[in-house]
Amino acid sequence: MTLKAQSSQETENLVGTIDETFIDNALIENTVIENTALENTAQSSKPLSYRHAFMLVLKRDLTIAMRHKDDIINPLLFFVIVVTLFPLGIGPEAQTLSRIAPGIIWVAALLATLLSLDRLFKSDHLDGSLEQMLLSPHPIFILVLAKIFAHWLITGLPLLLIAPLLAVLLHLDEHSYTALLLTLLLGTPVLSLLGAVGVALTVGIKKGGVLLSLLVLPLYIPVLIFATSAIDTAALGLPYSGQLAIIAALFFGSLTLAPFAVGAALKVSTN
Amino acid sequence: MNTLSKKNSTPLISAVNLTCIREERLLFDELSLQINAGDIVQVEGPNGSGKTSLLRILSGLSQPYDGQILYRKQQISHCREEFHQNLLYFGHLSGVKGEMTAEENLDFNLALHGNKTQESLSYLAKVNLSGFEECLASHLSAGQHRRIALARLYQSNVPIWILDEPFTAIDKQGVASLERLFSSHAERGGCVILTTHQDLISIKPEQIKKITLDYSYDSAID
Amino acid sequence: MWKWLHPYANPEVSYHFTNKLLPWLSALAAIFLSIGLVWALLFAPADYQQGHSFRIFYIHVPAASLSMGIYFAMAVAAFSSLVWQLKLADASAAAMAPVGASFTAIALITGAAWGKPMWGTWWIWDARLTSELILLFLYLGVIALHNAFEDKNLAGKAAGILTLVGVINIPIIKYSVDWWNTLHQGSTVSKLGKPSMSLDMLWPFIFCFIGFSLLVGVIICLRFRNEILARNSIRPWVRELVKNNSSN
Repeated sequence: MTLKAQSSQETENLVGTIDETFIDNALIENTVIENTALENTAQSSKPLSYRHAFMLVLKRDLTIAMRHKDDIINPLLFFVIVVTLFPLGIGPEAQTLSRIAPGIIWVAALLATLLSLDRLFKSDHLDGSLEQMLLSPHPIFILVLAKIFAHWLITGLPLLLIAPLLAVLLHLDEHSYTALLLTLLLGTPVLSLLGAVGVALTVGIKKGGVLLSLLVLPLYIPVLIFATSAIDTAALGLPYSGQLAIIAALFFGSLTLAPFAVGAALKVSTN
Repeated sequence: MNTLSKKNSTPLISAVNLTCIREERLLFDELSLQINAGDIVQVEGPNGSGKTSLLRILSGLSQPYDGQILYRKQQISHCREEFHQNLLYFGHLSGVKGEMTAEENLDFNLALHGNKTQESLSYLAKVNLSGFEECLASHLSAGQHRRIALARLYQSNVPIWILDEPFTAIDKQGVASLERLFSSHAERGGCVILTTHQDLISIKPEQIKKITLDYSYDSAID
Repeated sequence: MWKWLHPYANPEVSYHFTNKLLPWLSALAAIFLSIGLVWALLFAPADYQQGHSFRIFYIHVPAASLSMGIYFAMAVAAFSSLVWQLKLADASAAAMAPVGASFTAIALITGAAWGKPMWGTWWIWDARLTSELILLFLYLGVIALHNAFEDKNLAGKAAGILTLVGVINIPIIKYSVDWWNTLHQGSTVSKLGKPSMSLDMLWPFIFCFIGFSLLVGVIICLRFRNEILARNSIRPWVRELVKNNSSN
């Protein structure tokens, strides 16, 4: 039995025909009865919990990253190499270097994060697991948040760990080390969160890499300004809690808003 | 619409006046259909006729240009969680991660959709993957990837199955057992919506409803 | 209000509405702009400090405030498109983006041209110029994202999300740049302070401002019309329109 859905009229025919053949079908009685059975089993499956969904995705992403260590190491190497280029380009005077060290470290951190952002959704999009996540009954923002947190653990945290070493190379002022670490601790999650919005928007585009940097870098400016200023202020021995508070505010703001923007963007990208 | 009122059960999925436009091409216009429990619906049509688009719209992955999808007479955007709990969508892409083992992949898939994972080994056995549970998926073939993804079907307490080309890269034996699975799923009161270029051999022809999409570009102009 | 708005959600109706609106809008824009510009450039008194170079102010300030205004209008359109699924709102946002980017560029170029006689240099990291530059980046991002999608509908949605993210960020960026600028004020020569204007400077300015706003309206209407046609090219009424136009 073949039906053609060529026009709305014929489509209505189609609906009618399906229905009537259906009534002819001897199975229909059983169907209705067992249908309820099927429903009940569906509802008795595991209750959905936010924490469970979050841990599930987090564990999966970390497992994948641990089995694919290049993704962790390459952005880190990039970070180190970019920072090394500056003394070569500017000259080795300790005074100049220590003056511009906060800016260099932070710009390099921005670029390293940008470079690593692609892996956040790209491979999931290419192999279809992103679709499955969007079709899961869990709220999308929980899954997205888990992915972003995993991304930060894989890329942001290592930056934090290696930054003091680079600070030594750039003769950063001794008083600024705590400020550097604190700004990185609060600031790199913001980079991951805002970056996730950009990746989610560009994940369906074939050559999205350059576009991604165009979208994301302007959004990184406030973090850059306040982070470097906190480090500079610390070098002068002045309190920098104001700048830290603003970065913290940026963090909480993006933590609450970005996952929803990412969810909406992913729906558009997988459309 | 009034033909439906003859029956008591509400349709599992219905589409109302769907219009789909892709790359400025009209794929279908004002398409309405209803899919009830027990239906096996085969969507047919030449390449590019909008089969995949229709399935993606029915599953809620794509938004139609116009029209609505209803799950048990409710708009799917209004009952997302419930709808997704009762939906199994299987697309062109298997969603299998090369970095994880076959079992890990299946476990994640099951857990992601809120299913239990205790029996995942037996599901893998049903798709002929016993012995490969601990293999990284990147060491397996494309057909085996699809089998991992299809193993979810055996944990089948989800009534609505939307399957886009489920038989791609699956061998004859596998196709036959999948077909048997589809008929038993329909008999249990589920529904299967699928696209395939093959004929369904093991399913009784009277059990299959066909929808043919061939809304050609020329007819859209007139 | 919803009932009143509803017919305009129909592409055909709003196409014809913009068609009727355009001549009036263009005429008004021409009147205001010609009066305003002639008055401002020829008859308004020169600034006692900056001389005639001050006259660039009559173009720079309207362009700068319009560049911000258009972004907010885009954000409103994006919001209504995402929340109420208004397809026309997408089309209007798409129509606005390049106009906004152009006015941002005009504001930047006139700002630099003003800077040359005032500071002796084309570019200075003044807070407002810097914010304007970042605004230009945001605009270019939206346009680039819009162009990157094949499907106009998806492009509109994606660009809409980015616009909303941008509009939340604009105040933050503006605040941080202002703050950054005061922090490093040692390096700036002077800031573009708000001069208190005498009335014979204010009136031509008001005319210029309204004229430029109307001009923006005209350009956006023209582009909006084209967007509607492009998005509905398969609809019968568009085909009818094309047929009639080509037979005339």
